[in-house]
Amino acid sequence: MNSFWLHPALILILGALVLPFLPGRVKRPFLLLVPVLVFARVLTLTHGSFGHVSFLGWDLVFGRVDRLSQVFGYIMSLMCILGNLYGLHVKDDRQHVAAWFYVAGSIGAIYAGDYLTLFLFWELMAFSSVFLIWARGREESLGAGFRYLLVHVAGGLSLLAGMVWHCNTVGSWEFSLTDVQHATPATYLIMIGFILNAAVPPLHAWLPDAYGEATFNGSVFMCAFTTKTAVYALCRGFAGMEILVPLGVIMALYGVVYAVLENDCRRLLAYHIISQVGYMVAGVGLGTQMAVNGACAHAFAHILYKGLLFMGCGAVLHMTGESKFTELGGLWRKMPWTFVFTLIGGLSISAFPLFSGFVSKSMIVAAGFEEHKLWVGFLLMLASVGTFLHTGLKVPYFIWFGKNQPKREVWERAAEPPWNMNAAMALASVLCIFIGCYTPYLYKMLPYPEVAAEYHPYTAYHVSETLQILLFTAVGFFLLLKKLVPEPVISLDCDWFYRMGGRAFLTFARKPVQAVDTFVGELYRLGGLIPLMLTARLAGLFDNYIIDGAVDGFARSVRRLGQRLRGVQRGQVQENLVFAFGVAAALIVAFLILANW
Amino acid sequence: MSLVKLIEYLRNRLKTVVRLCWVALALLVVADILFVDKEHAHTAVEHWWGFWSLFGFVGCAALIIVSKWYGHAGIMQREDYYDE
Repeated sequence: MNSFWLHPALILILGALVLPFLPGRVKRPFLLLVPVLVFARVLTLTHGSFGHVSFLGWDLVFGRVDRLSQVFGYIMSLMCILGNLYGLHVKDDRQHVAAWFYVAGSIGAIYAGDYLTLFLFWELMAFSSVFLIWARGREESLGAGFRYLLVHVAGGLSLLAGMVWHCNTVGSWEFSLTDVQHATPATYLIMIGFILNAAVPPLHAWLPDAYGEATFNGSVFMCAFTTKTAVYALCRGFAGMEILVPLGVIMALYGVVYAVLENDCRRLLAYHIISQVGYMVAGVGLGTQMAVNGACAHAFAHILYKGLLFMGCGAVLHMTGESKFTELGGLWRKMPWTFVFTLIGGLSISAFPLFSGFVSKSMIVAAGFEEHKLWVGFLLMLASVGTFLHTGLKVPYFIWFGKNQPKREVWERAAEPPWNMNAAMALASVLCIFIGCYTPYLYKMLPYPEVAAEYHPYTAYHVSETLQILLFTAVGFFLLLKKLVPEPVISLDCDWFYRMGGRAFLTFARKPVQAVDTFVGELYRLGGLIPLMLTARLAGLFDNYIIDGAVDGFARSVRRLGQRLRGVQRGQVQENLVFAFGVAAALIVAFLILANW
Repeated sequence: MSLVKLIEYLRNRLKTVVRLCWVALALLVVADILFVDKEHAHTAVEHWWGFWSLFGFVGCAALIIVSKWYGHAGIMQREDYYDE
């Protein structure tokens, strides 16, 4: 292309680079302005293929704009506005910068037309979002962040290996629908990279681990972007891949089971992301036009209601400092509006009529029934029972009502959050209800709008069916309330393997490896070091008296330089990461600008 | 604040609220039997009276009981489990 094509992600990256240098007064408007500009840019994009760049003889495509990428680009940039409004009062610039890089990664991956560009932005997402976990500053956050990084790097490697293999066989980096009927090992490697980000069990444990530990507004961002970008990538590359159907159904139920056991409200919501993304993964696996529509619609609705739920629980955490059910209770007197907003999120995720989930989730279930996969339909129905049970009932009940009385200091701290958090929650609530009430808004954006236009969620049968399921779930909830009282425990999940495996490795490194190391060190000392020291002492005498005077000045400057350098290499992985990250960011900006001229 | 007062008002009349809820549930099932067209149902079981009510209730109870059994089979551990 000859004319400059402004990539929406570029606006965010440039904004993130400028933000730390702005004076305090300008910062808040700037925090809202940049996401609004990104959203406006997404709205003005026309369909086509833009931002071509030749790199080592390959054709990279930074801007593939079509119906599928537009629906995701739209909701991602919209969510970015809401997330920034919610965290507007946060003084810590690092979090805003990390969040913008993270969103830029997600938007970049969505508009990427080839695997290399996709991979670049895919990794940007993982490496920037980890700072949203570390910013919490607890000892646990450090570990959780490293585990998050470890898992995503592993997934990224699988993706990279698959990509290279795939490109070698096909001869092109183009990212399009793979031949799902004749999947090769390369296809599976790519798929593993994708489903790890979509949190498909057993590759899911990073999600509750990280989202339960991130900062109160960091989780609002994280819950929206990583998994849904993966859903986009699956829609693009793997629609109709049979194996995704059972995987999605397992996910939907797996998340629900763990949510019963969970005592931390944000970890509970995280398990429900797994459950909800399960619907989308199953939809992608079904692969019909209606099912892919359903997956996209559900991702769209999900980003809003899950963001809203994380905002509600984040507000509780922000105001009280607690996120565990056993430490909370009876907050309706103190935070009634937060309760109402969270309840709206809960009703939306549970697919109550007139709320957003109702018009999106049902599309996937209906596609399952239409394909005569009855077990898919019924099991997904069962998962929605669990969804309402937890997010619609358990979360609001045990935080805002319940018999538990929080500690005095928690109770005294509790109050409605700052205006901007309330405003973000109110906006998200309005959108959730609007999508549920006025279906054309969402349906016209879907990849197959003519198929979506023929789907009518508000039939008497569907409304009656949903209301019966949900309201009788509520009966079950109140009858079995005693069994549901949260317990102050944690639940072991698949992260056990790498947490304990890592520990075993450390023990191995400490005991046998250390012993060998000590032994070799001792040999070295006896055979090498002692004679060396003798020579050194002699040389030292010579040095002291003759050379010192001449070299002193030089030595001082070397020491000063050494002190500077020591900062970079004293083994602080986070500092090194920031350093590497800055370089990478500069490269991406250079790339994007070059690419688009 | 009026919202708090509303919640307080309802909480003070909890018995009445619960009774109204039961009535609403009963009406829902009756309406489903009398008025809802089940032509588009995919399976035979969906034609049973109140099938989805039963599905919701039994599903909810089953999920709670199975999950708790699973949790108490060794999955739920003390909070300091991972501390060294």
